[in-house]
Amino acid sequence: MEAIAFYTFAILTTVMFLITVMTSHALYALSALAAGMIFISAFFFLLGADFLGAIQIIVYTGAVMALYAFGMMFFDTTRDVVEKRTSPYIIFGLSGVAALTVVAMFTAPIISDNITALYPAMEGVGNSQMVGMVLFTKYLIPFELAAIMLLVAMVAGIVLAGKKMDVSLTTMSDEEIEREAKQGVLDV
Amino acid sequence: MFEITLQHYLILSTLLFTIGLIGVMRRKNLLMLFFATEILLNSVNIAFAAISSYYGDLTGQMFAFFVIAIAASEVAVGLGLLVLWYKRTGKIDLDAMTSMRG
Repeated sequence: MEAIAFYTFAILTTVMFLITVMTSHALYALSALAAGMIFISAFFFLLGADFLGAIQIIVYTGAVMALYAFGMMFFDTTRDVVEKRTSPYIIFGLSGVAALTVVAMFTAPIISDNITALYPAMEGVGNSQMVGMVLFTKYLIPFELAAIMLLVAMVAGIVLAGKKMDVSLTTMSDEEIEREAKQGVLDV
Repeated sequence: MFEITLQHYLILSTLLFTIGLIGVMRRKNLLMLFFATEILLNSVNIAFAAISSYYGDLTGQMFAFFVIAIAASEVAVGLGLLVLWYKRTGKIDLDAMTSMRG
């Protein structure tokens, strides 16, 4: 049963991400990426990480994908995406990195066979409760730092994209932008 | 074959990571490059959750949470910069960003 679910979702996720990477339409890529994110949450549910699965759906599909969808309204998405023609050296180097990653990931569990659980799973406690117990005791400072980081990112997003949305900077020359910025009319 | 082990999840994670790397290599459009980055982060999350589950340790899930938080803030800042760049130059191709002449 678990095997059927695993293989189904593995194939679905791989196909969706392949579409994301290979298609030349930005909208197809966005939709396929959103579908792939939802299919990935199925693995988290299979692994018993219920809370992580819910977070995956809420944050990725709800927030990140919505952000991309709204951001894409600014861009010309009907145009076909141009592909890069990189030099063979870069391709060779990055393929080498990918191969090394594969080897490292396959050998990591063999090397770490004598690993012991730092925060072992408790008996008779649900996943969300367990996550809360560990997150708010052992990982409290990283949690608060992540909260501050998200706040900073929110302010940065609003400042960067939100100001002067009615002015098209594309049609203005650099001198105009500089002048208006000096006068304080435009804030870039 | 019919019993799913840790290796299965790690192989899947590596496969998705490779797909993301291919995307990073062949895309010139910055928005598409962001999509490939999301794939990379997600594939690592699968590996974290699988190791966490098979070793009965919650640390992997904690790291996956922080990876998701970092991905969310990366998208907010990156998309803001991208919108600003598009408003100024009208294109979001990597080739257009050669003002530093490195």
